[in-house]
Amino acid sequence: MNDVLAMGGYGAYVWTSFGLTLGVLIICMVQGRRRHARVASDVKIRIRAMEAE
Amino acid sequence: MWKWFHKLASPPHFYALSAKMIPWFFVPGIVLIAYGSWTGLFVAPADYQQGDAFRIIYVHVPAAYLSMMAYMIMAISAGIGLIWRIKLSHAVAAAAAPLGAWFTFLALMTGSIWGRPMWGTWWEWGDPRLTSELIMLFLYFGYMALRAAIDDTGKADKASAVLALVGAVNIPIIHFSVEWWSSLHQGATIVREGGPAMPPEMLIPLLANIFGFTLVFGALLLGRVRTEVLFRERRKRWVRDVVLPAGAEA
Repeated sequence: MNDVLAMGGYGAYVWTSFGLTLGVLIICMVQGRRRHARVASDVKIRIRAMEAE
Repeated sequence: MWKWFHKLASPPHFYALSAKMIPWFFVPGIVLIAYGSWTGLFVAPADYQQGDAFRIIYVHVPAAYLSMMAYMIMAISAGIGLIWRIKLSHAVAAAAAPLGAWFTFLALMTGSIWGRPMWGTWWEWGDPRLTSELIMLFLYFGYMALRAAIDDTGKADKASAVLALVGAVNIPIIHFSVEWWSSLHQGATIVREGGPAMPPEMLIPLLANIFGFTLVFGALLLGRVRTEVLFRERRKRWVRDVVLPAGAEA
């Protein structure tokens, strides 16, 4: 197990690269979802305000 | 064909269809990435020169490939938007930029981490491949900053499209940099004369990850285009029906 994690002495480089990649994928997903939710709620508020007039 | 295309490019139709399409990109993409990363990390043999450090290829190459693919999608969509004034294509261009910037960042970071043990340096100023990729990151930043600085969406579309198209000259420079100039960066591995420079047990996980990341990128892009479409069409009747479903009082 430790041998696998050590990656022949390159463990720190290999695992950091894979960790960063996972991190960027998660950020892209969360950022996209948040932005969509924000735009949808802004649009909703605007439409409600207009129709209430 | 044209009828189908026009229907697809109509915002309400795209908005509904894309919601159904996203899982079909995302789920197989994640499965392929899981398979490719697992076999790349634990099953593929170590490289005879680079040892286990070569395994960084399984995230670096998909990231670098998509960083350029995103730019091409952005520039071509922006160009189509300028010429044919298809609204959806400007939305695609605007949606591709932040994703492209993230994948460029990832390609630069994983490349730097790979370069440290292999070349003995995190970064080499003046190296053509490294520098042209960094320039692309700044092009993405410039594109997004320009869009953010212009309130009028139509004007932002036009101005940023010109920037995207001018910056596209950098794409062949990145691609051919390792052939045109001497670079620390290694040459092409997969698409090269004489076939791939890898045995199948190394190559298959790489292809799985390239394809998997492309599918996930597709899902992310579709999601962002939907957000753009919703914002751009906010004054339209169909958006009202989407955000305030039937029966909901105002």
